[in-house]
Amino acid sequence: MNATASALAPPPSDIAERPNFLTNGHSLKSWLLTLDHKRVAILYLIAVSCYFLLGGIFAMIMRIELLTPVGDLMLPDTYNRVFTGHGVTMVFFFLIPAIPGILGNFLIPLMIGAKDVAFPRLNLASWYLYMTGGALMLVGTLNGGVDTGWTFYPPYSTSYTTTNVLIVGIGVFINGFSSILTGLNFMVTVHRMRCPGMTWFRLPLFIWGQYATSLIMVLGTPVIAITLLLLVFERLFHLGIFDPAKGGDPILFQHLFWFYSHPAVYIMILPSMAVISELIACFSRKRIFGYHFVAFASIGIAVLGFVVWGHHLYVSGQSVYAGAVFSLLTMLVAIPSAVKVFNWSMTLYQGSVSLETPMLYALGFIGLFTIGGLTGVFLGTLGFDVHVHDTYFVVAHFHYVMVGGTIMGYLGGLHFWWPKITGRMYPEFWAKISALLVFVGFNLTFFPQFLLGYMGMPRRYHAYPEEFQVLNVLSTAGASVLAIGFVLPTIYFIWSLTSGPLAGNNPWHARGLEWETTSPPPTENFASTPSVSREPYDYFEAAEEAAGRAVPPARSH
Amino acid sequence: MNFKLPFVPEQASAAASEVDNLTLYLVGMSTFFTVLIAAMIIVFAIKYRRRSDNQVGSNFENSAFLEITWTLIPLLIALFTFGWGLKVFFRLYRPPTNAVEYQVTGKQWMWKIQHPTGQREINELHVPIGQPTRLVMTSEDVIHSFFVPAFRVKADVVPGRQSSIWFTPTKAGRYHLFCTEFCGTEHSGMIGWVTVQTQEEYQAWLAAAPAPKAPSADGERLFAQYACNTCHKPAPGGRGPSLYGLYGTQVALADGGTARADDAYLRESILMPSARMVQGYEPIMPAFQGQVSEEALQQLISYIKNLPAADAAAAGTTPASQGNTR
Repeated sequence: MNATASALAPPPSDIAERPNFLTNGHSLKSWLLTLDHKRVAILYLIAVSCYFLLGGIFAMIMRIELLTPVGDLMLPDTYNRVFTGHGVTMVFFFLIPAIPGILGNFLIPLMIGAKDVAFPRLNLASWYLYMTGGALMLVGTLNGGVDTGWTFYPPYSTSYTTTNVLIVGIGVFINGFSSILTGLNFMVTVHRMRCPGMTWFRLPLFIWGQYATSLIMVLGTPVIAITLLLLVFERLFHLGIFDPAKGGDPILFQHLFWFYSHPAVYIMILPSMAVISELIACFSRKRIFGYHFVAFASIGIAVLGFVVWGHHLYVSGQSVYAGAVFSLLTMLVAIPSAVKVFNWSMTLYQGSVSLETPMLYALGFIGLFTIGGLTGVFLGTLGFDVHVHDTYFVVAHFHYVMVGGTIMGYLGGLHFWWPKITGRMYPEFWAKISALLVFVGFNLTFFPQFLLGYMGMPRRYHAYPEEFQVLNVLSTAGASVLAIGFVLPTIYFIWSLTSGPLAGNNPWHARGLEWETTSPPPTENFASTPSVSREPYDYFEAAEEAAGRAVPPARSH
Repeated sequence: MNFKLPFVPEQASAAASEVDNLTLYLVGMSTFFTVLIAAMIIVFAIKYRRRSDNQVGSNFENSAFLEITWTLIPLLIALFTFGWGLKVFFRLYRPPTNAVEYQVTGKQWMWKIQHPTGQREINELHVPIGQPTRLVMTSEDVIHSFFVPAFRVKADVVPGRQSSIWFTPTKAGRYHLFCTEFCGTEHSGMIGWVTVQTQEEYQAWLAAAPAPKAPSADGERLFAQYACNTCHKPAPGGRGPSLYGLYGTQVALADGGTARADDAYLRESILMPSARMVQGYEPIMPAFQGQVSEEALQQLISYIKNLPAADAAAAGTTPASQGNTR
């Protein structure tokens, strides 16, 4: 990409002196009615952080209860509501919206050289739908919560539980539309708003990842919306859809639910993979190895992700032949994931590698996602899954993918673009400490759960036989370390808002349009519409040019 | 295997070691890839660390050979893994024909179990070593899941359906039985024990336990109580078809199709008789949906399954008098 004059200008002494999106209006109204994608991203950042805190508190309460085999801290009903609250909050209100809502909103227009997303009003509406859904979920939680698990399986959820399934279900239903509209907005933005010269294969891989995510959001979310609506109808009007006592089929619900909820796992992980590509390129100062393969792997994961839902039903009583088909398809999803991991690792080869905090998170991501992905192959293997289905092995696996995957990418991305978003640097020393704590704490929390699962400990147990205690204590100890790892960034990010050193436009010497504008960017993003003449991550080419040499074509073997 | 691996539950069924061997392969394969990737990252991060502020990476950024290698090898490994898993899966879910059937009913929050010889247990199951054992399971309320870690088997127990697992116990002992599908308040209390005994111990246990009646005998009583026998007579010619020797046969349906008279068909025909009418009969049977409990339904089906073919019926034998249980 072309270096612009702004990149060479000396950084101004104070952020406030220069007009930027943060200083463009200070009233509450200027925030709540903003049409600026960057301000919408900040709105998401605040809300998503609150839900993350809530989900985290639920998690800590669970881990403390599980310190001892007997259920001595709270009643079984309370525990059941706590783990449901943890799942619903984390999945629907943190993991799904976090990276698209915050980093996607902030960066997509900047990275493609646009002034905003295609539909700024719709973008704001998405946030309000998210807040409305979240508010209903909160009302349900404050009113006593739900005890069905985040999976809402009938007939328990429709005919047996007396908890707040209706209001929370409707909350999740409304929140789904936020997801659909965000996906639609991103897709149109990428199709229609790219600046001159920004061809599809000059897009940063972040955009490819967000695009693949949007595809799932738009095509998958309507199915969970319909399913939740049917659930509400059965509960409210006693229509016999899922409850066999009313003539319904409970397995039908599981098919519909996982038709969305398995792809939803890729809604969580693809944006994180999108972030990782950016981080690895920048901190290796090298183009991502096999750019086209990494880009199409995202699309491949999104498409294949739609045909593997039946692996959640291996022991449900579905036909063993259906199980065989879903197992085979599940194995295929592992391939694009493996391709991505190998290409990222190979990017480091002959790179210029430096281990700043975002890169620590990126490398941590590769480690944890490798374990999460490989244990996914374990679970896709029919004969193995039967034994560990609905045990802590599954809990450990999906936390490696969702927490190890999504949160590592989220935190890595937040550190990487924090100077762009706020104009100020976070403290590197403390950030490295926190990255280390998160990695160690995470493994200590979730690795013992693989062992617990193979030993046979079922999930969603409030009390458990004594032989499982040692590993549970380790897991709780890990959760405490993890909690400190999450509290630290909260403190130093807030501190850096006023006291962090000024970042300048491009503290990482990264390539990419978002680094060519000022930090924080002005409301209109760029002083003049940028144009692009090269493929992304042109570290090598830019250096050759700066040294006055002719740029040779890329090498391949 | 004769040595005990850490974190691996007791191997108390014939299938357990097959599952564990599959696990060992998966762990080995994953360890290899995890170490490979970790080594790549650590070696490259050290060897190619940034040595000066302006240093950039090379322009080596594509390799068809590498892309094909790391697509094809994982693909082949994935297909191999799939095949092995499938083999073990079919082993776990295809019972041999000589398996002895026990009835299991899940309800919030207990397991009710009935032996083929009529003995009843709650949250306990006694089985003899070496006997291929099949559990026929259903639920009275929500979805449960029957899991015995030492046997490496599990199946959801779904209301309105029958599911089953089977195993051949190989080692005497007491093993945990867990419910693994969340079923409400006392989900974590819906646990029990499977006790594997030698044949002699098992026979002694059976003799000591009160044995009211085999499920089919209860079924015979219910068959009279619900007045099923006024239409379904032993010989053809009643208002309903004769049920003698029916189980496992192909039934000609009123709509021209056929149905196999298996457990699911019998269940459906009791609960919703008009769903698949037998050819030549009027839809006069009342629906028993909501009228019979799951246990009663299992007993009725057990009775009907054990009705002998019509000529045997003429000779005056009934399953209850035979003491036959399958």
